[in-house]
This record gives sequence, structure tokens and C-alpha cells, in this order.
Amino acid sequence: MSIAVSESSVKAQKRSIGAVLWDYLTTVDHLKIAHLYIFGGAFFFILGGIEALIIRIQLLVPENDFVTAGFYNEVITMHGTTMIFLAAMPILLGLMNAIMPLQIGARDVAFPFLNALGVWLFILGGLLLNLSWFFGGAPDAGWTAYAPLSTTSPGHGVDYYVMGLQLAGAGTLMSGINFLVTIINMRAPGMTYMRMPLFTWTTFITSILILFAFPALTVGLFLLQFDRMFGAAFFDVALGGNTIIWQHLFWIFGHPEVYILILPVFGAFSEIFSTFSKKRIFGYTSMIFATMLIAFLGFMVWAHHMFTVGMGPIANTIFSVATMAIAVPTGIKIFNWLATMWGGSVKLNSAMMWAIGFIPSFTIGGMTGIMVATVAADYQYHDTYFVIAHFHYTIVGGTVMGIFAGLTYWWPKIFGRVLNETLGQITFWTFFIGFHMTFFIQHFLGLMGMPRRYWVFLEDQGLDTGNLISSIGAFLMAVGVIVFIINAIYVWLKGEKAANDPWDGRTLEWTTASPPEHYNWKQTPLIRGLDCLWLEKTEGNGKMIPAHPLKDIHMPNGSILPFIMSVGFFIAGLGFIYQTDNKLWYIALFGGMAISLLAMLVRSVQDDLGHYITKEELKGEAE
Amino acid sequence: MKGWMGKIKALALMSFMAVLLTGCGKENLTALVPKGYGAEESMKLIILTTVIMGGVFLVVIVVLAYVLIRFRRKKGQENYIPKQVEGSKTLETIWTIIPIILVIIMAVPTTLISFDLADASDSKDHINIDVTGNQYWWHFNYQDEDIQTSQDLYIPVGEKVYLNMISSDVIHSFWVPSISGKMDVNPENTNTMYIEAYEEGVYWGKCAELCGPSHSLMDFKVIVVSKEEYEQWVADMKNYDPEKDEPESAVAKEGKDLFEENNCMACHAIGSSPVEVGPNLTNFGNRTKIAGFKEPTKENLVDWLKDPEEIKPGNLMTGKYPQLNDDEAEKIAEYLMQLKVTDVTPESVNN
Repeated sequence: MSIAVSESSVKAQKRSIGAVLWDYLTTVDHLKIAHLYIFGGAFFFILGGIEALIIRIQLLVPENDFVTAGFYNEVITMHGTTMIFLAAMPILLGLMNAIMPLQIGARDVAFPFLNALGVWLFILGGLLLNLSWFFGGAPDAGWTAYAPLSTTSPGHGVDYYVMGLQLAGAGTLMSGINFLVTIINMRAPGMTYMRMPLFTWTTFITSILILFAFPALTVGLFLLQFDRMFGAAFFDVALGGNTIIWQHLFWIFGHPEVYILILPVFGAFSEIFSTFSKKRIFGYTSMIFATMLIAFLGFMVWAHHMFTVGMGPIANTIFSVATMAIAVPTGIKIFNWLATMWGGSVKLNSAMMWAIGFIPSFTIGGMTGIMVATVAADYQYHDTYFVIAHFHYTIVGGTVMGIFAGLTYWWPKIFGRVLNETLGQITFWTFFIGFHMTFFIQHFLGLMGMPRRYWVFLEDQGLDTGNLISSIGAFLMAVGVIVFIINAIYVWLKGEKAANDPWDGRTLEWTTASPPEHYNWKQTPLIRGLDCLWLEKTEGNGKMIPAHPLKDIHMPNGSILPFIMSVGFFIAGLGFIYQTDNKLWYIALFGGMAISLLAMLVRSVQDDLGHYITKEELKGEAE
Repeated sequence: MKGWMGKIKALALMSFMAVLLTGCGKENLTALVPKGYGAEESMKLIILTTVIMGGVFLVVIVVLAYVLIRFRRKKGQENYIPKQVEGSKTLETIWTIIPIILVIIMAVPTTLISFDLADASDSKDHINIDVTGNQYWWHFNYQDEDIQTSQDLYIPVGEKVYLNMISSDVIHSFWVPSISGKMDVNPENTNTMYIEAYEEGVYWGKCAELCGPSHSLMDFKVIVVSKEEYEQWVADMKNYDPEKDEPESAVAKEGKDLFEENNCMACHAIGSSPVEVGPNLTNFGNRTKIAGFKEPTKENLVDWLKDPEEIKPGNLMTGKYPQLNDDEAEKIAEYLMQLKVTDVTPESVNN
């Protein structure tokens, strides 16, 4: 397996498609897995975007019949599910996978095999979910799948929802555990916790959230699965079940989930503000504690999604005030970012523009967050377009802008090219303007009496203008995304190879090649402080000091087993879904499980100790 | 330069006017013009939080704009290294304490109003109506009066009316934005809320929890009439005896026969009855809408009778009765449209 590294770059030019495919199917390298996460996430992001456009075309004019009512419910369900589970989260996991090991001076994550299993579970889970389009219709009970609408939904749509999310969710949980172990155990010498870059910190805290939040989803999905596929009655009121339990389980997962989506981009923005202001982050310690506080409170507030359920005023106000408290640490972060730029040398390139645009957008999202947390006012906001506006201001104005910022910023490190600045600016401005056009007006639509998930709005209810503006905005956003894709393809074909440190960076990832070799560094660097590269630039000779002499590097071997295991689960998933129709499908169920378990057995008995890259090979490499 | 500025001003003025005109929405639908107790209380909090949060937003924007103008990297400054500031205890304390104070300012009225709106201790002294949410229509049962209606809820102006709500199938949510905020209608427990309308009027009601394909068509009306008219309405509804009510026209009579032949009564009661499989049709001729959202014309009713699926996808009436031809549907429609039990109608509002 240990090929001469000096030749590998030459070989890469000539490899056949089959070889590249095999390489990616068997890879356990964190950067290639990041590529898979980002490509997979981008694919689903486009799919979710098309679904969004269908929604906005349907709501272009009153009483439109562009799509049927049943299909519309499938589209809104899949838009939400896809964007959250299959687009935003995977792209974030991709960024974490690519950057976090580089920021702490690790050669890979702690469990490379598990990492590969995670990404394949996500990809195959996402494909399984989307197969439903072709086999009798997608899930149609909303991305929240409230029982009993979900338990009684005809067809197999909701079954696909259950199995697809179960697979993808298992993959996410593995990644969370993996990142935790990596950050705890694999930091370079001198990289203490309080010297870690903020993106690594938010990755760390996000992983804790994943660890505690996803099991609640898993449990909820299992109950739903048993109700739908095996005749259980957890949510069947006629048989003594309770539908509210689903809402609790879903939101015990679902609220931390929104912090899983936002905290990593808080980290990315911190890096970007700091780098392009040429200043260290203002209030580093308070940033970390604010993040921890947000994460902690994030678990305490789930029932604010349920103010109208009828929990009574005591529960309602407790959850209301707890939710408002989150504004405090979030406010600290916003002002710390502003203070980071204050007195700095602020460079307004496209990565920084996303970060600048994020501040007012996310502040509005935070404001409306406080507003919907206000119980008695939420009786009006709840389940209307006001809420739609609110969470798109946080998830698009926060997470998606953060993804664009992070991708623009780290593109050279991940793909070895710097994105085109002009195209980047076009993307930013069309997306930014389109975003505010689409969603700002929706605050008013909600209060003017438009509930969410409405297939049509009626004529003469004063909702026409607002919906029209909103739909036009959605198309502007689509233009922005298309320009971004053109940009990515353009620099891949025409762009020059990026320098190691194109932004005059401050953190460790900018000391590797762009993209890094699969072992990242020949010699693990010694970390002497926060913003360690900046420290060496200002107080040293601009290069990291090696922590040890040149020695053999131990690297894991690639393996096809994670892919095989995931395929096994995928087949078993189909078996679970269709065994209610025909007992023959048990063959798929047990066959699929057998494939996965067999692959696990092989992995368990196989002696795979990885391989070494020898000193000689490393020396032979041209500097 | 001046012309350019003028254009911007005109554009700003125009967009401001556009927002103002469309800003509040349709009267008796929008939550922004409250006409009932719950909506008014919610509006107080909406205004309070908007003002406070708007202030915070303004501070953030001003600081951001200042930073971008003042500290933007200019030509020739590429090599300038700013001072590396670690942080500032004073500043960080300030922007921790101030938000805490703001949160407290918002939390206190929120708590008070929430408890007030949930206080059902005086429900015995007021009108109580049982509300049942169904895919995709609403049933109203006036507890003490033996009156059942569907889709149109008549209440007296200026009086507290308690609603005890439960669902017969999936979760719905009862929302009359101009009168009160919403509450979910669950299948397992009765949720109680009260509404109190300040002005007579016909108010739009909406279902606010996804309940299936026709979720967006599950509209209903709250018809707020004067106390005298309400009492008149109750008396008329109570005194109505379907046995004695024979249609006047021959067509309607045939319609009545067809109604019976096709066994429509298995689901639809006329007169006071515990049957609530389908909407109660007692006062059908005075309904504000057909199927909850269509104009109450005979043509619309004929269309509905012939193919309800086309109008309300996923409804539970489709396929439950023999296919009707034009003639039959016309006759049944004629019969139903003349079912007018009382003179208190949506037109009575403000008369």
C-alpha cells in the first residue's frame, strides 16, 4: 500500500475514472471523506433547492395549481428533511472532517474506519430516503413527522423517512463520537485546550450535542417504525398511546439539532473575522464559554416548539424564559465579533462578505427567536410564516451563509484552488439580496394570517404581494447558488494551484500543502500558543517548529468494508419498509443485515495494522 | 447627483407605502389588527419585543457600519498589523449584563400574560362550546343548548366563550388570528381556551397544524353578533324541528328525497343530533362558505356534491355515496340551500 509519495501527484493526473472511484469507495482519509461529505451534501442541497423552488412557484399566485395538494406535502416534507439532514449537516461534517484535524496537528481522525462508515451511511441513507420519490411517493407528514399524521399516512413515504433518517442519523452519531475522541486524544504537542482554534472548539461542542441529541431521534424513529411496520401503538390514541410523546422526543433531538447546525459556523466565522481583520479573536475565552452555555441551554428549551400543545402556563413560561436566556451568550458572540473587527485591518473579500452579511441576518434571526420564545405572542406566531421566516433567518442567514463562508475560506485547503473572487462576490450579492427578499416579508405574511405548510393561499386575503416578492427572491437565491457551482467548476478546470497560506492565516491548517498530503505533516508541529502560525510569523521565522525528528509515519489502510456494511443496511432498510406488503421482503431484511454483520465480522477478525510511510520516502519528496 | 438622490428617495417612499398598505393584511384575518382579548394581549408582547429587539438590531447595525467604514483595509495598508487585543473585561461585562436586563424586562410581562390567558377558573360562568377538529372541517357543540353546528361558530360580542377542543383524527390547531392566538387540537386530551371578541364581524379561522393534503383549505368562520341576536339565534336553533320542516318548492322536496335515498344522514345530521361523522347541516343555507372556502352559491355546491375530491383533496366524503348526476346534485343542492333556520345570519353582523 505504501506508494512512493513523490510519484503520487504525477499518478493522480493519469488515474482512470475507475481507479478514482475505487480510491473514494475505500478511502479512510479524512480529507477525501470530507470531499464525499461535501459532494454528497451539495447534491442534496441542489435537490432541496429544487424542492424549495417548487414551493415558491406553487405560492407565486393565490389558489395556484402548479402541483397537487398531496405532492405539495411531499415536497415540503422532503425540502425540510433534505436540507437539514442531507445538506447542511453533511457539508458541516465535511468541513469539520477536512479542517479540524489540520487545526490540531493530527494526521487523521481517531477512527478513520468509522469515519468512512459514517459518510457511507449518510450517502446511502439519503439515497434511500429519496428513492421514495420513485416508489409510491415521498413522506408527506412534514419534516417533523408529527403523529398521528405520520403513523396514519398511507403508502410507504413515512417508512422511507424512518429508515433513511435512521441510517443517516447513525452515521452522524459516529462522526460525533469520532471527533470527540480525536480532539481529546490527538492534539499536537503544545496544543492545549485553550490554544485550540475556535472552529475546533465549536466542532468539539457540536460533537457533544450530537452525542446526546441523536439518541433521542433514534428512539423516536424506532417507536415510529414499530408503530408503522410492526403493529405497535405508541402513538395510537385509540389503543392508549400518546401522540405528544413523539413531539417531545422529536424536539429533545430537534432543538439541539439547530445548535448542531449553527455552532460550527460560529466557529468558522470566528476564524474568518480574525483572519481578515488581522487581529486575534476578541474575548477568546468568553467565546468558548458562550458556546458551551448555548449548547447547555440548547438542551433545556425543546418545549418552546410546543407552546400551543396545551402544556399549561407553568411549563410554557419556564421554557420561554430559558429560551430567552440563550440570547445572552449569543449576544456576547455577536459583540465579540464586532470587537474583533474594531481597530483591525478589515479586508472585504467574498469569504469576509459572507461573514459580514451574516451579522445582520443572524441578528434578525436571533431577534425573532426571542419574539417566538415569548409564549403569549407565540400563540400568534406559532406554525405561521413568521416561524418559517425566523428559522430560515437562522439556518440560511446563519448556517448556509456560514457554509458559503467556510467553503470560500477553506476551498484552497480542501480542493487546492482559490475560488474566483468576482464570481464569489456575484454569488454573495445575489444570494444575500434574494435571501432577504424571500424571507423578510414572510414575517408579515405570518402575522397577516398565513399558516405554514399551506398548499394554497386564498384570493383576496391580502397575501398576494408578499408571496410574489418572496417567490422572486427565491429565484435570486437560486442564481447565487448556480454561480457558486460555476465558480467551483471554473477554478477546478482553469484555476491555479493554491498557495499553502493564501490568506495570511493564523492557524495551523495553513502550514500544510494545499491540499495537504494524506499524512498532513512530515513532522508534527510544536504549538507554542493561540493562533500558533501567527505567533511564529510575528515572533519566529514564520514556520512551525517540529515537535520531533523525522520518523516513520503510521497510517491506516483503506477498506471497502464501510461501504459494504452501509449497502447491507440499505438493503435491510428496503426489507423493513416492504415486509408489511409481502413476507418475501424478509429476505432483503435478513440478507441485508447478514451482509453488514458479515462485514463487521471480517473487520473484527482481520489483522489490519495499517502501514508506515518510511523516513526515506519522506526525505525523497521534493520540498 | 441630485436626480439620482431623488430617485432613491422616491423609491424608498414607494416601497414604504407598499409595505404600509399591504403591511397589516386583510381585516378580520390579520393578527396585526387585534379585535379580541387574546389577540390584543399577544399584540402587546409583539410590540414590546419588537421595540426592544429593534433597538438591539440598531446598535449592532450602527457598530457594524462604523467598523466597515472606519477599519476597512485601504490601499497602502496591506502590511499594517493592528494591535492584537485579547479582550476587555469591562466591555464583555457590559454586553452580558445589558441583555440579561432586557430579557428580564421581556420575561415578566410574558409570564403574567401567559398565566392570564391560561386561567380557566371562571369557565362555569360562561358559554362553553365543544370543538372537534376533523379532516378537514370543524364541529361545534354548544354544551348547554343542545345545538350543533359545523364550520360557522356563532358567538356573542364582548363575552368570554370557552372552547373545549379535541380532535377526532390527527392534530389540528384552532386559530382565529384577529380574535386570539392558536391552540392545538389533540386527539388524546381536551384543550381549553377562551376567546372574547370586541367587535361584531365575520372572522376568518384557520387550521394551523399540518393535517393532510387539504390542511390549507380547512378554514372556518367565527361570526360575532350582538347579544340579542345571539340569543335569537340560540332560540331559533333550539326550536328547529327537522320533522316538521318540509321544503316549499317541488325541486327541494325531490332533493330531500334524494338526500334520504342516498343515505346522506348516516354522516350528516339536520337538527340537533349526536351524529358528527360529517358536518351538521342544520342551518346550511346560511353558511358563509361551501367546503370552508368556496362562495356559497348553488353552482359551487353542485360541483362539491359531484366531485368533492376535486375541491378538497383527501376529504373523507369522497366515495362514501353513489355518484350523483347533474340533475340529482342540483336537486340536493336546492334542498340544502333552503335550509335556513334563523334570521340571524352573517349579514346580521353590525345591523
